[in-house]
Amino acid sequence: MRAFAQIIKSLFLIELLKGLSLTARYFFAKKITIQYPEEKTPMSPRFRGIHALRRYKNGEERCIACKLCEAVCPALAITIDSEQREDGTRRTTRYDIDLFKCIYCGFCEEACPVDSIVETRFFEYHFENRGEQIMTKKMLLELGDQHEKQIAADRKADAPYR
Amino acid sequence: MLEILLILLKIVLIVVPLIIAVAYLTFMERKIIGYMQVRIGPNRVGPKGLLQPFADTLKLLLKEVIIPTNANRYLFLIAPILSLAPAIAAWAVIPFGMMEATETSPAKPLALTNIDASLLYILALTSIGVYGVLIAGWASNSKYAFLGAMRSAAQIVSYEIAMGFALVGVLMAAQSINLAEIVNQQSGGIWQWYWLPLLPLFIIYLVSGVAETNRAPFDVAEGESEIVAGFHVEYSGVAFAVFFLAEYANIILISMLTALMFLGGWLSPFESIPVVQDWFTWVPGMAWLLAKTCFIMFCFLWFRATFPRYRYDQIMRLGWKVFIPITIIWILVVGVAIVMKLPPWFDAA
Repeated sequence: MRAFAQIIKSLFLIELLKGLSLTARYFFAKKITIQYPEEKTPMSPRFRGIHALRRYKNGEERCIACKLCEAVCPALAITIDSEQREDGTRRTTRYDIDLFKCIYCGFCEEACPVDSIVETRFFEYHFENRGEQIMTKKMLLELGDQHEKQIAADRKADAPYR
Repeated sequence: MLEILLILLKIVLIVVPLIIAVAYLTFMERKIIGYMQVRIGPNRVGPKGLLQPFADTLKLLLKEVIIPTNANRYLFLIAPILSLAPAIAAWAVIPFGMMEATETSPAKPLALTNIDASLLYILALTSIGVYGVLIAGWASNSKYAFLGAMRSAAQIVSYEIAMGFALVGVLMAAQSINLAEIVNQQSGGIWQWYWLPLLPLFIIYLVSGVAETNRAPFDVAEGESEIVAGFHVEYSGVAFAVFFLAEYANIILISMLTALMFLGGWLSPFESIPVVQDWFTWVPGMAWLLAKTCFIMFCFLWFRATFPRYRYDQIMRLGWKVFIPITIIWILVVGVAIVMKLPPWFDAA
């Protein structure tokens, strides 16, 4: 009996018609495509884009060259050299992130005791020549200055959940 | 001389719209499949993406035709032409409508040529199309291309039989193998068209048509996931574009044939419905024909968006063990119905 039912089912294309009706319904469904450059998806405050180094309000850079980020980095993308500055504080002389090595895991940001190295929402960038992927300290600080408002707002929004 | 020019003009009038239709069929394919996958499809080139097919064509035309070192140059280049030529030549006998009778001439079909055995001519030409695929696969001297060609040949030969039998039912019902005559026999409204009395044959013809044109879900000849792209894996540039053109021209041809033979061609679906009939008298017959053709083409794309590819042995089973027996049984049924002059379909003749 079941075999007979199966034959009827396949002979009258029941299953196939069901499939066709499904695609027909989706034909009229609302399309979920985002027209990328014009439209963008909403972004989490935890978004991990390109890195930046932050400053305090008085303009002093936050980084104290503790090298925790360098140590925690699973891809070994961060290179730091440090010195003792004239005022006796320890500062970096070199802070390079190789964006080809970086996997954007956000561990550097997690490890940082002074919230200096952060990952911003900015992710639309490209390189045209070899060597351009190395983000130097100067570039990172500039990025931090540029996006400071957004960075601070994002940290604040995320703080209650940490 | 004037006659030849007139024929050339007619050919241009058929082929140019056909090629434009092919271009936009590829566009609609991407759009429709996109819509069914909850995407919106191409919309960047030109307004609403309408210039996309031209961008695609231009890209293909500018690309180099690479002939593999071990390929047979002559066969390699002649294969795409062999698959395109029959796909276009078949349009010579397709009637697009009826010209009204005038004082000097009786009513005759609007076609390049009106030959008596036009259905046979179409069957013959669509069968030739398989040689293009076979030769392409053979001349490429490549494993994938060869496998694809073998699969495609076996499949087309198998489904040709079911298709032929489905057409036997049509020509029995119409008592003619002239396409225009077949359409005229279906006059009298949507219930008089052959899709209803010949429903199993209609479905089998449609499915065989999908298989004949190597379309999903019967596209094992291409089988991107197994044999890369099948018979045209070695083709690039214009040669590839010609295969593409042939495939889509065949789809349009099969759709139009289905519309002619089973959906009443250029006849209005509202014929012999008292009031509604008069509302639609202004619609030219060709518009009905094109609308029906578009519907069938939509079905082709709809199938592609819906069904996963058949396994090869399932295709063979379907062709030989299901379609051929069903068509033979239904031909018997039609024969009996004709002998008994079963109304409302077979009582006229």
